[in-house]
Amino acid sequence: MERATAATITLTVNGVAHSLDIDHRTTLLDALRERLDLTGTKKGCDHGQCGACTVLVEGRRADSCLLLAVAVAGKAVTTIEGIGGAAAGEALHPVQQAFLDHDGYQCGYCTPGQICSAVAVLDEHAAGWPSAVTGDVGAEEIVLDEPEIRERMSGNLCRCGAYVSIVAAVADAAGAQS
Amino acid sequence: MTTMPASVPTAVGEALTRIEGRLKVTGQARYAAEFPAPGLAYGWIVPARIARGRVRAIDIDAALALPGVLAVLHHGNAPRLTDAGDATLLVLQDDAVPHWGWPVALVVATTSEQARAAAERIHVTYDEEPHDVVFSAEHAGTYIPDHVNPAQETSTVLGDVDAALAAADVVVDATYSTPNEHNSPMEPHSATARWADGRLEVIDSNQGAFAVRQSLATLFSLDPSAVHVRSEHVGGGFGAKGTARPHVVLAAMAATVLQRPVRVTLTRQQMFSLVGYRTPTVQRVRVGADASGRLTALDHLAYSQTSRVLEFTEQTAIYARVMYAAGALRTDHRVVALDVPTPRWMRAPGEAPGSFAVESALDELAEQCGIDPVELRARNEPDVEPATGRPFSSRNLRTCFTEGARRFGWAGRDARPGVRRDGRWLLGTGTAAATYPARVTPSTATATAEADGLFTIRITASDIGTGARTALTQIAADALRVPLERVRVLIGDSDFGQAQLAGGSLGTGSWGFAITEACRALRTELDGGATVPPDGLTARADTAERVQALPALSRHSYGAQFAEVAVDLSSGEVRVRRMVGIFAVGRVVNPLTARSQLVGGMTMGLSMALHEEAILDPVFGDVVNHDLAGYHVATNADVPPIEVDWVDDADDVIPTGTKGLGEIGIVGAAAAIANAVWHATGARHRDLPIRPDRVLFS
Ligand code: FES
Ligand code: FES
Repeated sequence: MERATAATITLTVNGVAHSLDIDHRTTLLDALRERLDLTGTKKGCDHGQCGACTVLVEGRRADSCLLLAVAVAGKAVTTIEGIGGAAAGEALHPVQQAFLDHDGYQCGYCTPGQICSAVAVLDEHAAGWPSAVTGDVGAEEIVLDEPEIRERMSGNLCRCGAYVSIVAAVADAAGAQS
Repeated sequence: MTTMPASVPTAVGEALTRIEGRLKVTGQARYAAEFPAPGLAYGWIVPARIARGRVRAIDIDAALALPGVLAVLHHGNAPRLTDAGDATLLVLQDDAVPHWGWPVALVVATTSEQARAAAERIHVTYDEEPHDVVFSAEHAGTYIPDHVNPAQETSTVLGDVDAALAAADVVVDATYSTPNEHNSPMEPHSATARWADGRLEVIDSNQGAFAVRQSLATLFSLDPSAVHVRSEHVGGGFGAKGTARPHVVLAAMAATVLQRPVRVTLTRQQMFSLVGYRTPTVQRVRVGADASGRLTALDHLAYSQTSRVLEFTEQTAIYARVMYAAGALRTDHRVVALDVPTPRWMRAPGEAPGSFAVESALDELAEQCGIDPVELRARNEPDVEPATGRPFSSRNLRTCFTEGARRFGWAGRDARPGVRRDGRWLLGTGTAAATYPARVTPSTATATAEADGLFTIRITASDIGTGARTALTQIAADALRVPLERVRVLIGDSDFGQAQLAGGSLGTGSWGFAITEACRALRTELDGGATVPPDGLTARADTAERVQALPALSRHSYGAQFAEVAVDLSSGEVRVRRMVGIFAVGRVVNPLTARSQLVGGMTMGLSMALHEEAILDPVFGDVVNHDLAGYHVATNADVPPIEVDWVDDADDVIPTGTKGLGEIGIVGAAAAIANAVWHATGARHRDLPIRPDRVLFS
């Protein structure tokens, strides 16, 4: 019997369910970019090394180049287009606004991934998750200071070298949220 | 007629957020690989798996039998190309393999998954020849190039350097090295080509759509007007997208053969062999001085590599031609052609590696003379450009140092190395100077007064993250004497005509020049009572003559870099704790984006100092660490607070008064960090990057 190399799946992206006949080899990243024309999610390396493809899967950040599309069928995926501001007149998410105000980017190619990561960082912090630089992991409250932000944002490379402004933007958004 | 308010607030100087900012933070800005095209096919490159030799045979049958595969192009069936002056673009033309990773075939299929799987089924057999990929200054094939990039003198000699060195009170004679460094912009190169209405339509990731159009026209023997290249948003380049790269040629080839849209996107791995990189360098610097630290001799000899495909010699030793008043000055270059990918431009070619050597040597001289490094540089300020005797249009290096030292808190620094401690960390501070040429080249632009009262500027500029779109809008608004909201600047379209590419810190000055001319001409017409017809009134500018007529001055930006580092001698780890960079960069059009450019340059300089090193395998000739896991670029956690500012630097040789911001930030940054590591530990690091193992064994 010939083995199936494709499947019909339902991909739920930004709250919209898409039925797709999909090659089993297709990554979530390529499904978004090539099949759904959601090109806000970027491909920098295709190997889980740069973070440009960061999306939220069930609210948690993930490198979409490392996920096969068939493996996320039925899960809720949020891309940069679902974070805010994609439609004309729609409000920006505070993290997006902070990136804009602080010039937390240059070429903008790493930016959707940075923003998705930053949104997740704020949630992870709010949930009390420590990081590798957290001094006292048992502390009542972990302060999201600059070293914490740097560490938590280090899965997202920015070759333009916008880190200094990215840290300022995330700190700003964190302040606005708390 | 359009009437103007008596005074319009000036847009230049305003810290405007980016015009395309909302598009970028919402994921709506489309880069080259992101435009849908009906019937799109995907090309996948099959790279050579030897470093030198010939393709004996290519078996494509298994690949062609796979579902979705449309074609396999190779040297036996690909369209013939005409040399456009860049042999790295002459792909699939013959059986020669000049280096590992050279494209030997292109598979085209209806999906990228199919193309990639088919590429793995292509069986290539080679006639392998012994290869030579190991660079060293002692290589027997080393020769004196005719010129260095782009068309500068290989050597300059002023006075008798050897005699001056023999007579000097103090001599530093040291050899420095920098490794292969790769630009690694976050957006991989991608091009989508198709034929439409008799034109080759190309959407490409590049730093200059006009230059890419010209190359494609020559390569495919087309009238330039039959080629249209667009590059609206570009995800970084740093030189690696300066001119056409093989991916765009392959896309155009496949689109021509198949008569359907074809996209070729490089993988991150392929970028390490196909788009250029910074050559490794070995640099011998000899400095002679009197006891008070005044330079009597400066000798800089730089070795680098090129490929056998195209000669490219990095202008590493030109740095000293501009910087210091040495009685005798010699700068010279040597190059060796190896079976390696072709090195090209990477952010501040020449000045980035050259400043590391010279500014490190000056720090060694300061140590030997017992003079403060800032003071040493002040004592050697030249009155005219040392190598040429040309007057400076402006030179505010001293002001940069004064201001930088103040901000950094340099005064009262204890010069002794290895005496400051913070727990397990040894602390040190270091400084270095920076310079980069501020040139302009001829460009064309149009300015159109629209019937609805708005203005449209068209120029084949490219915004690779520099903020060009925003800065040019500010420049145009002022030249037109209208508020910003009434100006729209369109870029990244070869139909807009010839213009400088985004590189060499040439963009804003060259484009701004043409835009200013076009806008002023339009303003004059409007002020003279011209009426705007329904389809608009357009003024055109070409700055060729005005650029030609510019005075022969030494025009450069300058900077003073300061760094504080912490070094853990038990692990060898170096952490940069803070950096301060103060620059003289002419007029600053947009302080917000200018700061980002300078900080970005310094960040790449930190990365150069501590992290970046591509390792070429001597056995196979490929870059072993050819991805972003193996080739480490600075991450967020590596980068400390970086303070950047600029000093007054009025220099109105060109209308914008700008000097360019793209490169100056990286120049000197690695030297400042290396000098700080010496100050922390007492060990000189003359080889980059300053890896933990080097720190441990120093
Ligand atoms: S593209 Fe997924 S991590 Fe780089
Ligand atoms: S903004 Fe260009 S890579 Fe981050």
